[in-house]
Amino acid sequence: MRRWLAPAAVIVALLVIWELAARWDLIADALQIKPFLIPAPSDVADSLWTDRSLLAEDAWVTAQEVLLGFALALALGFCFAVVLHLSDTLRRAFYPLLVASQTVPMIAIAPILIVWLGFGLGPKLAIIALVCFFPITVNTLDGLRSVDPELPRMMRTLDAGRGRILSRVEIPSALPYLLSGAKIAAAISVIGAVFGEWAGADQGLGHLILIAQGQLQTARVFAAVAVLSALALALFGALALIERRFAWWSPRRERDAAP
Amino acid sequence: MAATIEAPDVEPRTLRAENAAVEVAGLAHRFGELEVIERLDLEAADGEVVGIVGPSGCGKSTLLELIAGLLEPSAGSIAVGGRAGAEERLARCVYMPQRDLLLPWLTALDNAAVAPRNRGASRADARAEAAPLFERFGLAGFEAARPEELSGGMRQRVAFLRTLLARKPVLLLDEPFASLDAISRAEMQEWLAAALAEQPATALLVTHDVEEALYLCDRVLVLGARPATSRATIVSPSPRATPRLEAVTSPGFTRARELALEALAGGSR
Repeated sequence: MRRWLAPAAVIVALLVIWELAARWDLIADALQIKPFLIPAPSDVADSLWTDRSLLAEDAWVTAQEVLLGFALALALGFCFAVVLHLSDTLRRAFYPLLVASQTVPMIAIAPILIVWLGFGLGPKLAIIALVCFFPITVNTLDGLRSVDPELPRMMRTLDAGRGRILSRVEIPSALPYLLSGAKIAAAISVIGAVFGEWAGADQGLGHLILIAQGQLQTARVFAAVAVLSALALALFGALALIERRFAWWSPRRERDAAP
Repeated sequence: MAATIEAPDVEPRTLRAENAAVEVAGLAHRFGELEVIERLDLEAADGEVVGIVGPSGCGKSTLLELIAGLLEPSAGSIAVGGRAGAEERLARCVYMPQRDLLLPWLTALDNAAVAPRNRGASRADARAEAAPLFERFGLAGFEAARPEELSGGMRQRVAFLRTLLARKPVLLLDEPFASLDAISRAEMQEWLAAALAEQPATALLVTHDVEEALYLCDRVLVLGARPATSRATIVSPSPRATPRLEAVTSPGFTRARELALEALAGGSR
């Protein structure tokens, strides 16, 4: 519990300052803070409570999109990384494209994907998967390529063919890298979901944010953002747990992702 | 200037039925411009343990990788059990690298059983094959331990059992005890001597420790600095004798060690 103390203290302190700034007329007037521009944390909390059934319904929709899109990216990213690892030619051919895929401005292509894939789940999954694909693929590929070069040689003299070297040595070695990439992907997956819903949806937290913005219900916007963050944190946390349980041999290195 | 120097008290050895001799003739190898091995001849009869001693960086590890079939030589020939192809050598030799290279996500027993697993055995069968060796070679009780929980000597034993379980007629051991302290080394040498007595094999042992080579091997080949060429062959007076301390302090052993050290120093240009 100790290690939660510091982040909790920072968050509480920020909320108190924010609350004061928004509530205390003297400061609020001086800074020209209007409730519809910056709602006080207590207003956001109030909205979280009064809009809870609305938020829960939309959160469920968005959570499904995020989980499915993330799973899709995980499966495709893993397979793609393995294929690129096994073939130097394919890696050279596709690596630039892989990097380029990450530079696509999601907000620009989201409406086009809606046109292509319809109004339903399809375009949201595509966008989330596109956002998550890159960190997963690149990290997994790095993991596969950073295997101790002596290990495959040792395995060869122990009667391992290419497939067994891959499954017994390279993939387990790359697992911590894969999970590291998946954690980055988890953190950004909800952003993809919001883009997808903005481009065209009738439900989901992104949709709720868009509507609430139009109605100047800023507290509700912030409440929805808080739920989105909680979603991403939950996914991140689940992956961290999986990492601790199944990839405890991870090389001791800096955590390169934080939500 | 290869010279064969006979040391006293040579013990007769029993040869195994299966032919697993290693013959290296006129071997040369280069990495790009760097000439690592030059005109090297080496023979190990079936069931013979041959030591290879030389200054560090003289190409000893490369020599083992070449014999194992992991590399193809630039020139010369290598035959293992009369077969020269790389795949055929790979099928007959098992190479034990200097570092233990245990897989951290497997238990000690599963690490030892990697080769049977690679050949398609089920996990249960592979474990059943490895378990008796754990009993016999002083690792009982550590089957479920993670590599990180084992001492350096134990990790090396697991790595050696993994090598034995490859069930290859030729063992290529690359400085198997280099990472251990002197006391563990002596213990592990006795342990390896016992293991070789129990499961005889043709073995090539690379080391930079003359005493280790003369104690464990029937014959020790002294190599010169890079590019490696053979400088002398010294026959061990009492290979793998027990007790070790008595064997390595006997006059015959001391004489053999002097000869080996002379040969090592003789060509340091």
